[in-house]
Amino acid sequence: MMSDLTKLTLAGARDALKAKEITSNELTGAYVKAMEGARGLNAYITETGDKAMEMAKASDAKLAKGEGGALEGLPLGIKDLFATKGTLTTAGSHILDGFVPPYESTVTANLWRDGAVMLGKLNNDEFAMGSSNETSYYGPVINPWRRKDSDAKLVPGGSSGGSSAAVAARLCLAATATDTGGSIRQPAAYTGTVGIKPTYGRCSRWGIIAYASSLDQAGPITRDVRDAAIMLGSMAGYDEKDSTSVDRPVPNYEAALGQSIKGLRVGIPKEYRVDGMPAEIDALWTRGIEWLKAAGAEIVDVSLPNTKYALPTYYIVAPAECSSNLARYDGVRYGLRVEGKDITDLYEKTRAAGFGPEVRRRIMIGTYVLSAGYYDAYYLKAQQVRTLIARDFANAYAKCDVLLTPTAPSAAFGIGEKTSDPLAMYLNDVFTVTVNLAGLPGISVPAGLSSDGLPLGLQLIGKTFDEETLLRAAYALEQAAEFKAEPKTWWTA
Amino acid sequence: MSVVYSMQHRDPRDEDLIKGATGDWEIILGLEVHAQITSQAKLFSGSSTAFGAEPNTQVSLVDAALPGMLPVINRYCVEQAVKTGLGLRAQINLKSTFDRKNYFYPDLPQGYQISQFKHPIVGEGTVIIDLAGGRSVAVGIERLHMEQDAGKSVHDLSPGYSHVDLNRSGVALMEIVSKPDMRSSDEARAYVTKLRTILRYLGTCDGNMEEGSLRADVNVSVRRPGEPLGTRCEIKNVNSIRFIGQAIEYEARRQIEILEEGGSIRQETRLFDPKAGETRSMRSKEEAHDYRYFPDPDLLPLVLQQADVDRIAANLPELPDDKKARLMSDYGLSAYDATVLVGEAATADYYEAVMKSGSKKRDGKIAVNWVTGDLFGALNREGHTIEASPVTPKQLGELVDLITDGTISGRIAKDIFDSMYKTGRDPLEIVEKDGLRQVTDTGAIEAAVDAIMAANPDKVAQAKEKPALAGWFVGQVMKSTSGKANPQVVNEILARKLGISSDN
Repeated sequence: MMSDLTKLTLAGARDALKAKEITSNELTGAYVKAMEGARGLNAYITETGDKAMEMAKASDAKLAKGEGGALEGLPLGIKDLFATKGTLTTAGSHILDGFVPPYESTVTANLWRDGAVMLGKLNNDEFAMGSSNETSYYGPVINPWRRKDSDAKLVPGGSSGGSSAAVAARLCLAATATDTGGSIRQPAAYTGTVGIKPTYGRCSRWGIIAYASSLDQAGPITRDVRDAAIMLGSMAGYDEKDSTSVDRPVPNYEAALGQSIKGLRVGIPKEYRVDGMPAEIDALWTRGIEWLKAAGAEIVDVSLPNTKYALPTYYIVAPAECSSNLARYDGVRYGLRVEGKDITDLYEKTRAAGFGPEVRRRIMIGTYVLSAGYYDAYYLKAQQVRTLIARDFANAYAKCDVLLTPTAPSAAFGIGEKTSDPLAMYLNDVFTVTVNLAGLPGISVPAGLSSDGLPLGLQLIGKTFDEETLLRAAYALEQAAEFKAEPKTWWTA
Repeated sequence: MSVVYSMQHRDPRDEDLIKGATGDWEIILGLEVHAQITSQAKLFSGSSTAFGAEPNTQVSLVDAALPGMLPVINRYCVEQAVKTGLGLRAQINLKSTFDRKNYFYPDLPQGYQISQFKHPIVGEGTVIIDLAGGRSVAVGIERLHMEQDAGKSVHDLSPGYSHVDLNRSGVALMEIVSKPDMRSSDEARAYVTKLRTILRYLGTCDGNMEEGSLRADVNVSVRRPGEPLGTRCEIKNVNSIRFIGQAIEYEARRQIEILEEGGSIRQETRLFDPKAGETRSMRSKEEAHDYRYFPDPDLLPLVLQQADVDRIAANLPELPDDKKARLMSDYGLSAYDATVLVGEAATADYYEAVMKSGSKKRDGKIAVNWVTGDLFGALNREGHTIEASPVTPKQLGELVDLITDGTISGRIAKDIFDSMYKTGRDPLEIVEKDGLRQVTDTGAIEAAVDAIMAANPDKVAQAKEKPALAGWFVGQVMKSTSGKANPQVVNEILARKLGISSDN
């Protein structure tokens, strides 16, 4: 009975709770138990089982009276980039050692407002910098998926690797995540889950530990498209505490699902057919095109000519912003402090001990590109290219409503396989960074298995604030793909 | 800021030149004034800005730069900056942006200061400065931008540790940058004085230099008249108008001495030590920070509507220059008197209240002399502000009337004023109660004159020879009438009786 409960989707659990077929106490208890049995995956940095059971109890009281919000009694995992009041929040970094925020991020506050239950804080790449969840101070997260006939440990993608692994391994009903260059969509693709990054400004960034402010955006990782629609509905909304959040009503995303995509114009950007892309990714993409066409969509060839500049642009803009955003971690007020002989020494020792190599690398790149004499050649140029990339999309959207692309250029890879080659690692973001640079919404939907038996994802990219069309198309894609594979639960053994 | 601004051409005045051992030198001055915006809350957070609170009691999560905190612009501060820009007769930029100025220091929790680097909210403007002898000079304003203040580091509380107070962290400042248009320490002092007056009129900065609400960075260079600009040094954070003058005088002479000995000036940042009266090197150009300015991605460009700017402009108070011109034309005041009155809005208001109270038309010149003479003297002596003056404008107006209509003499008026200041009584009441009404009854004065002449026949004879000695008789008559005799009548009667001309 208990193990069955974790098989429910978010929507299924919601309906079962409303129908009083199950209680949040039972459901949450099942997840707390699953979490405890899956510590080998290292998905959670902090488990808050006791708090979860208390919240479940409160939810059951509401549900018993026929009350409760949209997520009443539903246990969720929270990426450790979201500040949670009274619960250790680390961003996967040693520098935030012992940091317990006296405040709650707006996005998580929205979830608790709607009745959700917090299971714990999910592992992630340090300050969300990484594509494999290997840069976390708390160690790598293990992907619940394994290659056929192999027990090699694979990465769950990153930076939201704890979120993707936990959803795939049924260690939470759904999880919050953040996406700066692909950190929701790529891990979703690597774990057979759904991940949506909404339009920049749709979710408040207040209380989310910043990596690159002009690119960071919160979104959910879930079992399926419906769950993503439900989660986004609660997470999204205007917040006057975030000047970049946008004041427009949050539509009923779930209502968009199941509507016909007949006549929907789906653009296929030719520049995404990159050199060296595995044939099975290409084939999956072709299958996706066929599925949507069969569902009544009109397929349109489009061009995004500046795509080739997206990765270099991203790896200038994001490090530049991070070099400034991370300056506050100085050992003076909170988190780690390593004493020094003077203030400069304290800064240097604290930051050297507190930041891992990837974070240090990006801070140094960012410091360099912003420095006198280089600003125009790098940062300013990158911002100009960013404008061109956004214009590419605007031009494409004159001819289509959504774009279909692969989510990532490969399936999940082995732990340690790419850590020595940062550039190879950065290539993982090749299909996802453009979306962040243009501020657009994007979603990854599991669409098939690789020859190794690993999940592969397809990405749909929408127009600004048109998450409804995006979700409608994603739902149609999900229906056609009929992705039912699940990882074997080897980790509980 | 290391930007070279266009400057106005001015022929050097001889009295401004510094005479060196090898010839004359001209000082070139530009000022960056940091003015704290008058506002209940900080620039990007809701924390209080009140001065003098216990350390670290006015610090929000944003001010302390906790992870994930975001700035939200305080619209009131924006309005105050626009108001100031209009007061400086400057260009208001409908679109401006916030940039991050990156550097590490414990009193800068974010590791960057949010400022406006590339696109400030206010562009070029002008401040007219008032100098000795009624001379005025127009000083160009290059720009005004908004920025956050830092916290305060305290190094002397415990050995081995420094303490940080973040109460000031995030407080809104306006940096007002002048063009290098000033040529003497007098001009620099007049500039800061005038700027402070304008800010106080507008209510956008209290101008309190002791509390650090207003402080100046002074850029000083020297050159031979007519030659290109010399290398400048920037003297940081000078916090009184007197020190600004002293710092400039010291720094200009220091630079001249180096140049006259064949040396060259190193571009650097210096600090003024008021105790030693000298400037000292803080850091050279080579040691200068690379602030890595870039647009703050947490804040959207600041966009203003012209209608909002127009509304602020329509509600602007009368500015000092306008008030000065009006006082001169309405009350026939000299430029000097008008300048003194408009230095503080409250002084000008008091003066105008004197002129407007009651039904009689008053002489503006007599009134201004009373305000800037006896009233100022008494206020200074007693440590009162003009708002707390025990003598109301209406009472001072009545005193002026009593003098004008001959009820009292000017000399008696001073005693009456002192009594008014001490007791707050109306002047007429004092005149009546103390019997101070001026005696203009010629019969009574004649009798007094006759008595004195009769008692001093030798003096009468001398005065007839030397009319200048008639003054002695005036004094005697005033004495015998307790100062109440109308001096003009006394003069006339004496002249007639002594047979001399009365206009000496």
